[in-house]
Amino acid sequence: MSARDRILAKLNAAPVLPKAAPDIAAWYQTHRGTESTAEKAARFRGCIEFAHAEVHVVSPASWPQKLAEVLADKQIGKLLVAPGTDHGARAIAGLTSGGIECRGYDSRIEAWKEELFHDIPASLTAARCAIAETGTLVLWPDEHEPRLMSLVPPVHIVLLDAATTHNTFYEAMQSEGWANGLPTNALLISGPSKTADIQVTLAYGAHGPKELIVLLMGEVA
Amino acid sequence: MSEQALNFMPSEGFRARAKDVVENPFLRQSFRGAMDFLINKRITQFPDPEELESLRTLGEQIRQYNLGKLPSLLVELEENLTRNGIKVHWAETPDEANAIILGICQAHSAKLMVKGKSMVSEEIELNHACEAAGIDAMESDMGEYIVQLAGEKPSHIIMPAIHKTKQEIARLFHEKVPGVDYTDNVDELIQIGRKVLREKFLVADIGLSGVNFAVAETGTLCLVENEGNGRLSTTAPPVHIAITGIEKIVEKLDHVPPLLSLLTRSATGQNISTYFNMISGPRKPHEKDGPTEMHLVLLDNGRTQAYADEQLRKTLQCIRCGACMNHCPVYTRIGGHAYGTTYPGPIGKIISPHMLGLEATKTMATASSLCGACGEVCPVKIPIPELLMRLREESFSAPHANPAMRGQGAGYSALVSAIWRGWAAVYRSPSLYRMVTWLGSRFGGLMPSNQGPWTSVRVPLKPAPKRLRDMLKERG
Repeated sequence: MSARDRILAKLNAAPVLPKAAPDIAAWYQTHRGTESTAEKAARFRGCIEFAHAEVHVVSPASWPQKLAEVLADKQIGKLLVAPGTDHGARAIAGLTSGGIECRGYDSRIEAWKEELFHDIPASLTAARCAIAETGTLVLWPDEHEPRLMSLVPPVHIVLLDAATTHNTFYEAMQSEGWANGLPTNALLISGPSKTADIQVTLAYGAHGPKELIVLLMGEVA
Repeated sequence: MSEQALNFMPSEGFRARAKDVVENPFLRQSFRGAMDFLINKRITQFPDPEELESLRTLGEQIRQYNLGKLPSLLVELEENLTRNGIKVHWAETPDEANAIILGICQAHSAKLMVKGKSMVSEEIELNHACEAAGIDAMESDMGEYIVQLAGEKPSHIIMPAIHKTKQEIARLFHEKVPGVDYTDNVDELIQIGRKVLREKFLVADIGLSGVNFAVAETGTLCLVENEGNGRLSTTAPPVHIAITGIEKIVEKLDHVPPLLSLLTRSATGQNISTYFNMISGPRKPHEKDGPTEMHLVLLDNGRTQAYADEQLRKTLQCIRCGACMNHCPVYTRIGGHAYGTTYPGPIGKIISPHMLGLEATKTMATASSLCGACGEVCPVKIPIPELLMRLREESFSAPHANPAMRGQGAGYSALVSAIWRGWAAVYRSPSLYRMVTWLGSRFGGLMPSNQGPWTSVRVPLKPAPKRLRDMLKERG
């Protein structure tokens, strides 16, 4: 008998104690309200700013300009972008004229791991949606915006459409049907990397991005 | 009464270690300060008692429902993980788990493993196994990195280095990290750790992590963290190995949000952690990063024993938030190392006997005042005080056939049991009670001066020369 068979045999020999399925929908129905898009965006903003993220309200037309300003403010001359996406293409178009070098994540990590870890000061990705209750960005990395893009560069800039903000994590996964198809890696990000492991003193920039900057497109209450 | 001290207290090693901490004002202050901080942070996350109570009830229902279906959910999880390209391994013992992990490392000729925080890897002592096999296993959670540098073990399941001051960490970094000057500035210390560990993430052959929730229906492993080291460990190296106890499974993806909310709010008083990492497979052919190979090791190590008993099964509801230790008056005074087990505090007292047997842990459940704080704050309503009483019963009752636990009766003493039986008899019979108290009031002077742990810090107990009933009689 394998370890698997022995473990399952022991569990199957134990008393069967069936319990009713938890009614999660009912709990959220009674304990969480729904808000307008502008209210949700405002709550999202309050929460993520509390977690030390920087938020700029932008319009669909003006965000590349704000992006250029943010990079100039922080004296960042190089940005990792996804050329295969609309927002990546617009960033490239808007930034290169201003002298910012745009590096595409265009090959497998093995080909340029060293450069990603040592020579990329910032990255731009989009968020799939957001969660108001906890001030959370939802990222679904794919071949255009791979997993490490939102993790290794010290500054991570995220473009978010306020209209995609959900009230809760539960609402996000229910209304978007996540259980029917998750990507290889789905991420909730609620601020820059941090730790309180030394004497419960909060410090930012532990292992992931030291700064998280949100370009929030749309109306905010 | 006997002259021999009655040993109701935990074993000598435990007592000696606990005494060291109790007598160390700096450590006492470290733990008290940190626990107060965590207690207050948690309170601010639960301003509405009704919401807290109903969410705890929901958390309990979710955990009990999933434990009720555990065997079939494990099979479902295995099927879906396999379909997603994650290889599933099963281990009954720590040795088996280590052999599986080392086997994977050796197949890749691995030299360096970076580790995200995993208490199960502490439970199996993976770092020692790696060292013996010539593989460098490097902790990457800041707290774990600090305790590993110091050659110690975590003293708290959420905050591993909570027993250390920043000055101690400053000296440690100065001594152990090449080229580092002494600084006790916390931001600078964290940046030192970041710099060292980034180079490790860059070149590591294997990334190892724990699992907070494993979702059966989607074949997804979920990880909760703030630092980003968990994401780096699971994403940057070419191979990712996750290890988890068999109980951390939920059937549905929608079981996750309530548990995540309970976990982060109870653990560190955050409404959510910085990162929630949901991994459903290795890199696909068209993807550009992520591990090309993924494994999950499912560990039993005594969990099936807890599962076999309806009451003890509740131990497995735990989501490892650490709130029970944050609120425990014993933990706060003696710290995590005194227990001598991987999991300290109230959860350690109820889970360790299943992992190590009652022979090695028979007195752990007695290191409690039964104040009930652990049970009150538990986000999934584990009745910890009831389980502590049950474990005392299992340890100290006479050995019998078909025990529910390995080592049942390990603390049994015929003498102690006889004393308690006599005590019970006296309190059941009014005439016997009158006689014994009369004898006590007349011969109280014969009480021994050494009354075990009691007299180590207090004057000896001595019955009063007059009983209450005698005094009432005199007053008429």
